[in-house]
Amino acid sequence: MSGIVPAPVARQPWMMLFPLFGLIGFGALILTSAAAGDFDQYAKGHLLRFAILFAMAVVISRFNKPTVQMLTYPGYIGVLLLLMAVEAMGQVQGGSQRWLEAGPIRIQPSELMKPAAVLALAHYYGGLPVGMVPNFRALIPAGAIILLPIAFVLLQPDLGTSLAIAFGGFVVMFLAGLPLRWFLVAGAAGLALLPVAFFVGLQEYQQKRVLTFLDPENDPLGDGYQITQSKIAIGSGGLFGKGFNEGSQSHLNYLPEPHTDFVFATMAEEWGFAGGLFILFCFGLILFWGLKVASNAADRFSKLLAAGMTATIFFYIAINLLMVMGFAPVVGIPLPFISHGGSSMMTNMICIGVLMMVHRWNRKAPKTGLIAS
Amino acid sequence: MGLFGRKRGRAKPRDLVSQTTLDNAFNRRTFVIGAGMGGIGTILAARMAYIGIAENERWVLESESNRVNLSLIPPRRGWILDRNGAPLASNRADFRVDVIPDRMDDAAQTLGQLADLLDLSQNAVADILKKIDDARGFQPIEVATGLDYDQFAAISVRLPDLPGVVPQRGFSRYYPTGATVGHLIGYVGPASAEEYEERPDPILITPGYKIGKDALESQFEDELQGEPGARRVEVTASGRIVRDLETREDKQGAPVRLTIDGPLQDYAARRIGLESGSCVVMDVENGDILCMSSMPSFDPNSFSAGIGRVEYSMLRDDERVPLRNKVLKGLYPPGSTVKPMHCMAFLDAGVKPEEAIMCNGGRRVGNRFFNCWSNHGRVDMAKAIYQSCDSYFYHFAQQVGFEKVAEWAHKMGLGEEFDLPVISQFYGTVPDPEWKRRKYDSEWQPYDTVNSSIGQGYYLTNPLQLAVMAARLATGDKVVPRLRMDKPVREFEHFNFTPEEIAYVRQAMSDTVNGPGTAGRARLPFEDIKMAGKTGTAQVVSLSISDGKTGPWKYRDHGLFVFFAPFDKPKYAGAVVIEHGGGSGAAYPIARDVMTFMFDPAKGMEALRPLEEQWGGTAQERLDAKYRAYAQAAGEVVEPVPQRTEQIFDQVEAEARLAQRQSEAMAAQTQGSRGEGSRPPSTSREVQQRGNGE
Repeated sequence: MSGIVPAPVARQPWMMLFPLFGLIGFGALILTSAAAGDFDQYAKGHLLRFAILFAMAVVISRFNKPTVQMLTYPGYIGVLLLLMAVEAMGQVQGGSQRWLEAGPIRIQPSELMKPAAVLALAHYYGGLPVGMVPNFRALIPAGAIILLPIAFVLLQPDLGTSLAIAFGGFVVMFLAGLPLRWFLVAGAAGLALLPVAFFVGLQEYQQKRVLTFLDPENDPLGDGYQITQSKIAIGSGGLFGKGFNEGSQSHLNYLPEPHTDFVFATMAEEWGFAGGLFILFCFGLILFWGLKVASNAADRFSKLLAAGMTATIFFYIAINLLMVMGFAPVVGIPLPFISHGGSSMMTNMICIGVLMMVHRWNRKAPKTGLIAS
Repeated sequence: MGLFGRKRGRAKPRDLVSQTTLDNAFNRRTFVIGAGMGGIGTILAARMAYIGIAENERWVLESESNRVNLSLIPPRRGWILDRNGAPLASNRADFRVDVIPDRMDDAAQTLGQLADLLDLSQNAVADILKKIDDARGFQPIEVATGLDYDQFAAISVRLPDLPGVVPQRGFSRYYPTGATVGHLIGYVGPASAEEYEERPDPILITPGYKIGKDALESQFEDELQGEPGARRVEVTASGRIVRDLETREDKQGAPVRLTIDGPLQDYAARRIGLESGSCVVMDVENGDILCMSSMPSFDPNSFSAGIGRVEYSMLRDDERVPLRNKVLKGLYPPGSTVKPMHCMAFLDAGVKPEEAIMCNGGRRVGNRFFNCWSNHGRVDMAKAIYQSCDSYFYHFAQQVGFEKVAEWAHKMGLGEEFDLPVISQFYGTVPDPEWKRRKYDSEWQPYDTVNSSIGQGYYLTNPLQLAVMAARLATGDKVVPRLRMDKPVREFEHFNFTPEEIAYVRQAMSDTVNGPGTAGRARLPFEDIKMAGKTGTAQVVSLSISDGKTGPWKYRDHGLFVFFAPFDKPKYAGAVVIEHGGGSGAAYPIARDVMTFMFDPAKGMEALRPLEEQWGGTAQERLDAKYRAYAQAAGEVVEPVPQRTEQIFDQVEAEARLAQRQSEAMAAQTQGSRGEGSRPPSTSREVQQRGNGE
């Protein structure tokens, strides 16, 4: 590092922060357009929320490893209890409920559970004696850590979030070095059980979504409508888009949820392929940085934690974009850092905060003493 | 990638696991995960490039078709004008409501709401529901036209709750004289599914767009149609209009001017009154058809607005077939009206007018005796015409041969089709030996000549042909009828008659009316204008069923009258045919009044007014009254209208053809009755007796 940039500035993870700020700023623009040019409606809240949550991420990044490890299990159990509380309240009040209200803040425990489950699992495998990793018995606690929250989230029912938790768990376990054939067997079993899960496990509206995903043109005015309209928005954007605030699909309400789930389509219509590449590039940088933090980490806990958080962010991005482009069924998963909405931004900022924390640990205790990062 | 797992040593794998192998596995697997992420990112970028760049055109198009709603504005139809430029068919600005079945959620419920708002009857709702069931989904179905502004507004504000309902400001076809031009002009209606398939033009399924369905409206469709306008608007997903982008005005169709004299057409239709019949008047100088009235008729306004089942049922059940255009599709034996024309044939064959025969109440032809309706004593050509002596025609038709007569019948327009812009015309029959051989595969018999010589037997003509015949008789020119004002008048070919011969027949026909003839009551109420004419009576059923004058309406004789005026310098010619009028006495008073109106409208109206008072109002008023009475009597139990109005008229035409065949079968029957030995009288001659004995 040259001397021009002061050290405290230079040691910040700019590789992640630049794209992050870029995405947030771009998101504010898109949200302004999604509100037909009204900055106050979505964009203002978006920026405000980011400011608060970024501060939170910075706070998270200040934690030390022992503290984190000490708080991991209690935190996980706390979130699990909240999840159960939501379920219980839903049972009492009737209908499904996904959040708890505490004053002005609405907590959605299933969102908190995503980083919490990754944290707990990383802690578990970080502390597991090396020889125990391929042991089948060692799988039982790990399985419990993953499956318990999934079960409660599925009860809500919230397929998207349970898949996110499962994906985070899978990545941590995969990277923890579990035997590959376990995954192969589990994958085969999963495939075999897929039809059963489809017909037994899914609610009717979810089944319909999946079917619609498989054949959107079959029902262009019904369930296929959203996907078709999203494709129209993206496709009509072309190379450079129709221009800021000029998107007819979003402004004339053809696009469903133009500020949350389908925000990418809103963007693509106005900014075109170029805007899309910018977003993909920014996400790519952030994720690449996340994986780099993971591989630079000194110990297994930090490695798994960082990789798991990266995977969680990735899951959001991938599912949302696949859905918007007609490659995945419509599941209510917003696009990180761009979509309007607090809970998902909180989850993602927790992940970012944790990554920044691991990044800080790496700097303080580099993996190899000889090469400073 | 077996490296990731610990495949070796399945029994004791844990021996081989160490911090280093785990770290290596982590690095490799992180690489795999990272590669997976990169792969998905690449797929996403590729997908986006594919949709946004490769398929860009398609999606831009779809986006535009989302955003922009192009609605066609039905063009105003061209007017149909009479010879003086007065409208026979025009357009009226109105508010209307259509529904598009495709866009409706619950047709019955939406229609129920509309029925409340518009005060629709139960029958109307049932009709519309049936139409919705039968129609292809995209075809608009008319719910109501001629709404007042309050109703229109009431629907417009409720539109969000009424999916598929299209209220519109537009123009609807209007026929000021209603029923009196029904057959002549036809009517308009929405395009049928077949028509749309043939020509899938979106204008055809635009609510409010109508095409000509019958008669002139259909014939002149291309000219009357006009060019649709269009309005491009930007709409939201819920259909709310954000702004107008562009509007192109419609271009009204060109007017079509007819030779018809509107007031005369109206007068003639009204004068026919309670009778079922038709009246044709032509200008003999240029062939202009001044009036072609067929009554009873239907109100084309009702058909154009989508006829209700009660009204349709009333029209269908009427034995006087109001849906049949009797001018073109009514075929009647011409009876004695052909006698002057036959005289021309005799003249051409060299018969001198002075040549006379003795009518001894009939005439022997071959070994059989055929009656005349009276004993006329010495009969020359003039007397044969004004006294309508049958014997004269038996004799001379036999003498010159019927081929000669039939040739002249064709020259005079009988059995001919005219070059007119009409959908179809029945051209009837002029019998001759060759025709009989072709049609019945039997030889022409002397009694065929006898029958035909007095316009009976197989003879069948329509009223237009009779009018043309009258015009050609009056002038000696081959007058060709014309219905469009802008069609050039052709120089008529002149028949090879001397002016004296023509004058002779004219005089004889004038004597029918103004002299010692059979139609004394047909005299015009003018000192200086004299009408010439010839009566005729056509038998409908054999005498054994009815005497033709009384009894059931359907069995009464047809009354016919052909005429021209002024007799010495003919200007107008025409024909009146009254179905089942009980004889020519039903026909010539109508001709008299129509011609009176022609020369002096005030005097004509004077004659009509007391009659209409007696009948209960004008034709339209009576039709309306009849409808009300019928609707009341019918109540709810009326059958629905066929889905396509064309079907109605196809059926009417089929029935008309059937009627024609029946009358031909009758002609064959007459032979049978004559076959009873040599005993006179033959039924057909008896008809003549009654017919001309007034």
